[in-house]
Amino acid sequence: MTKQQANWSPYDFNGGTCVAVAGADYCVIAADTRMSTGYNILTRDYSKICKLADKSFLASSGFQADVRALQKHLEARHLIYQHQHNKQMSCPAMAQLLSNTLYYKRFFPYYAFNVLGGLDNEGKGCVFTYDAVGSYEKVGYSSQGSGAKLIMPFLDNQLKAPSPLLLPARDAVTPLSEPEAIDLVKTAFASATERDIYTVSVNGDKLEIVVLNSEGMRREYMDLRKD
Amino acid sequence: MDPNSRLVMEDSQRTLTPYVTGTSVIGIKYKDGVLIAADMGGSYGSTLRYKSVERLKAIGKHSLLGASGEISDFQELLRYLDGLILYDNMWDDGNSLGPKEVHSYLTRVMYNRRNKFNPLWNSLVLGGVKNGQKYLGTVNMIGVHYQDNHVATGFGNHLAIPILRDEWREDLSFEEGVRLLEKCMRVLIYRDRSAINKLQIAKITAEGVTISPPYSLKTFWEFSAFKNPTAGAEGSW
Repeated sequence: MTKQQANWSPYDFNGGTCVAVAGADYCVIAADTRMSTGYNILTRDYSKICKLADKSFLASSGFQADVRALQKHLEARHLIYQHQHNKQMSCPAMAQLLSNTLYYKRFFPYYAFNVLGGLDNEGKGCVFTYDAVGSYEKVGYSSQGSGAKLIMPFLDNQLKAPSPLLLPARDAVTPLSEPEAIDLVKTAFASATERDIYTVSVNGDKLEIVVLNSEGMRREYMDLRKD
Repeated sequence: MDPNSRLVMEDSQRTLTPYVTGTSVIGIKYKDGVLIAADMGGSYGSTLRYKSVERLKAIGKHSLLGASGEISDFQELLRYLDGLILYDNMWDDGNSLGPKEVHSYLTRVMYNRRNKFNPLWNSLVLGGVKNGQKYLGTVNMIGVHYQDNHVATGFGNHLAIPILRDEWREDLSFEEGVRLLEKCMRVLIYRDRSAINKLQIAKITAEGVTISPPYSLKTFWEFSAFKNPTAGAEGSW
């Protein structure tokens, strides 16, 4: 008699796409608000963007239960950090913490595809992009999730960073102004919406955009196509 | 060593398949609070074994839990929640757990059991009203959870949610809300083979939780097409 296999998977894919773009003195973090499973839409009004610190915002897509558990974990760790250091965590510090947290579950991963966006200690925009087990890189822009394969080439075309092989190292943050970057992100999502069924602002789904700059943080919503 | 005995030692310790199951639960927010409906069937595979299963239970003063999936796991959850509510009451501090807190607790329980590969095989709907705030959320056996103005589990996701997306409005009156839920339940009775025509609807408002006595919906089976189903295709098979 053969051993019975589990006919149950602990994972699900709840869809969604996240994007972040870093500028000279701002950072734009955006994600759609659709949550799906298989061919069903569970809800059209779910935020994938989470504030971890004053200057660090995490956008994650993938398996929602893992994403939420990861967000809670990092929020709790940030609270402890504040108690111990009497200050907010910087974005690069949070980036390292996220990487370590993900790798901690290397053999039962958080099925979460993350983009961390924020401002570094000098007020310059920074974006960090991750895979599910914690390998990460500081970049000028990134997208993750179901629409990433549609959006990333577009961002590469518009925001192409100078080669990382150049010396001295050149900045990857975009020279675009804040309104131009927001417009770019909206355009990217509008395109992904056309072709990716899991990223859609269909009848009621929206695009949520968080903008972080020297004045603080603001949140905008934009309607995407509803089908 | 006998391979069968090893199997018993390793794998009988966790849920692999459900046995007695309940089907869909549907919930909507309406003007004064939240309405949740579920039928009273408990299926044992394809047999409709139990026909008076109460799948809606009040939790504390402010919330109601509806469960689909494995009935015994639902009963286990009620035991956990009894302990939670008791602990909350023993503080005797004038505060009580609201629907948001209960939903958060349930989400953590379901997710942690999933992490241990021993899930509580349920999809839950948790609704309530506290301090004038209406709340309606859902969580399933792998921990996926969300809140919305209307939620459903199982077949309800496929058959009821489209109706609710089209016809739900912000200010439904109680009668309109019940009519809307009954419309969804009727479709489920016709099309979900695990559903039975005996249901309860629960109402949660600022005043408290009430669960209706069981009742049935009127159904119509006299369509002429049902009378002679092979009329268009007479033949030997």
